[in-house]
Amino acid sequence: MIEVRDLHKSFGKLQVLKGITTRIEQGSVVAVIGPSGCGKSTFLRCLNLLEKPTQGQIRIGDTEITDAKTDVMKIRQKLGMVFQHFHLFPHMTVLENLTYAPLKVKGIPKAQAVAKAEELLHRVGLADKADTYPSRLSGGQKQRVAIARSLAMEPEVMLFDEPTSALDPEMVREVLDVMKSLAHTGMTMIVVTHEMGFAREVADRICFFDQGLIAEDSTPQEFFRQPKSERAKQFLEKML
Amino acid sequence: MPGDKQSVDFFNPIADRIPFIIQGIPATLQFTVLSVLFGFVWGTLLALMKISGIPVLSFLADVYTSLFRGTPLIVQISLVYYASPGLTERLGLRPIDALTAGVLVFSLNSGAYISETIRGGILAVDKGQRDAAMSLGIPYRLMMRDIIAPQALKTILPALLNETINVLKDTAQVSVIGVLEVLRRADVVAKEKFVFFQPYLIAAFIYYVMIMTMTLIANTYERRLRRSD
Repeated sequence: MIEVRDLHKSFGKLQVLKGITTRIEQGSVVAVIGPSGCGKSTFLRCLNLLEKPTQGQIRIGDTEITDAKTDVMKIRQKLGMVFQHFHLFPHMTVLENLTYAPLKVKGIPKAQAVAKAEELLHRVGLADKADTYPSRLSGGQKQRVAIARSLAMEPEVMLFDEPTSALDPEMVREVLDVMKSLAHTGMTMIVVTHEMGFAREVADRICFFDQGLIAEDSTPQEFFRQPKSERAKQFLEKML
Repeated sequence: MPGDKQSVDFFNPIADRIPFIIQGIPATLQFTVLSVLFGFVWGTLLALMKISGIPVLSFLADVYTSLFRGTPLIVQISLVYYASPGLTERLGLRPIDALTAGVLVFSLNSGAYISETIRGGILAVDKGQRDAAMSLGIPYRLMMRDIIAPQALKTILPALLNETINVLKDTAQVSVIGVLEVLRRADVVAKEKFVFFQPYLIAAFIYYVMIMTMTLIANTYERRLRRSD
């Protein structure tokens, strides 16, 4: 359902993506891994047009999102995104964080938005934190709220940009558990991560990025047992 | 007590005119409030131009700011009040009165300063907030109004308060174009009674009390805004 063709992205003279072509099926969970600076995050940010691709096409469902005529806001509503540093709105309570976009962007009635938000908070185990401000939450709790906030927009795809990298080790598990249960609901997920355990266990596919290209694209079983490229071998030796 | 007697004596020459000086407070406050209010609206507009990423707009806003920050306020006041009648006459309009001229100059001037403060405040908001807002499909206008502005306002509140205090102090300069605010009234009393120290001392005291009161109010408000931290 997501089709990427020959995607390039440059920042000035720096070429970050040098021709990514891939297809991601509905309901699949793709782990994007690779050394830092290889373009993983930029790839993710191109998918919801937080970065404007320099060249190439991205098609989501039957919409060509790189087409200039496409309504960017409509596209972004279809793709939820979770960031390394959460980026909750600090001046809103947890509940307001979850209801703001559904109310103001989608125009959903208040009672319905609140009910949906409460259900989502319950799902991520934070039903008691609805009226708390983000500054009172731990990192793991913040990230679970951030996931719930994205889900409140009922996206078709969820993008995760190193969702556990900024967390204390003891909080990684609670966030991964939420992501795992989300994967079981059949949500299409693209996860940039350094959590090899999660990639191996939950993902159906591993995309190994290296120097702006997909260097390897295989199942976790294949990838972790015998990576094809030398770079992937070196990377795995460092990570495991 | 002898000390009390002395202080009463000291202000005796102008005692009957002290209320007259005090009556300048509304004019001073009116100037300050109107100027900061218009200045804030105008400054917000200028700040949005500066960060718009549209070269023409940001260039115009930068030139504007540099002109108003690069010339003395008293010169700007003189220009608008004393030099504009020539212009308004040619256009067949009535000349600008002192109050309007004062508020106009102060708004245009404080708008230039405030625009820099606001620009800084907006840029100081974590870039991730924009990413988060955009990824939720929140349009630019709503993002600025409901996500960025409240956070920027919190960081620029102390600077905004400073600017208000500066404007309040600067309002004394409109006394040259004859608006009957606190300093102008002290002037009048001084020239009427041929005593100078006392009326100006009273004026200084009035300014000090006004500014301290404002500081107190702003501190309370700021503490309330920080509640979410």
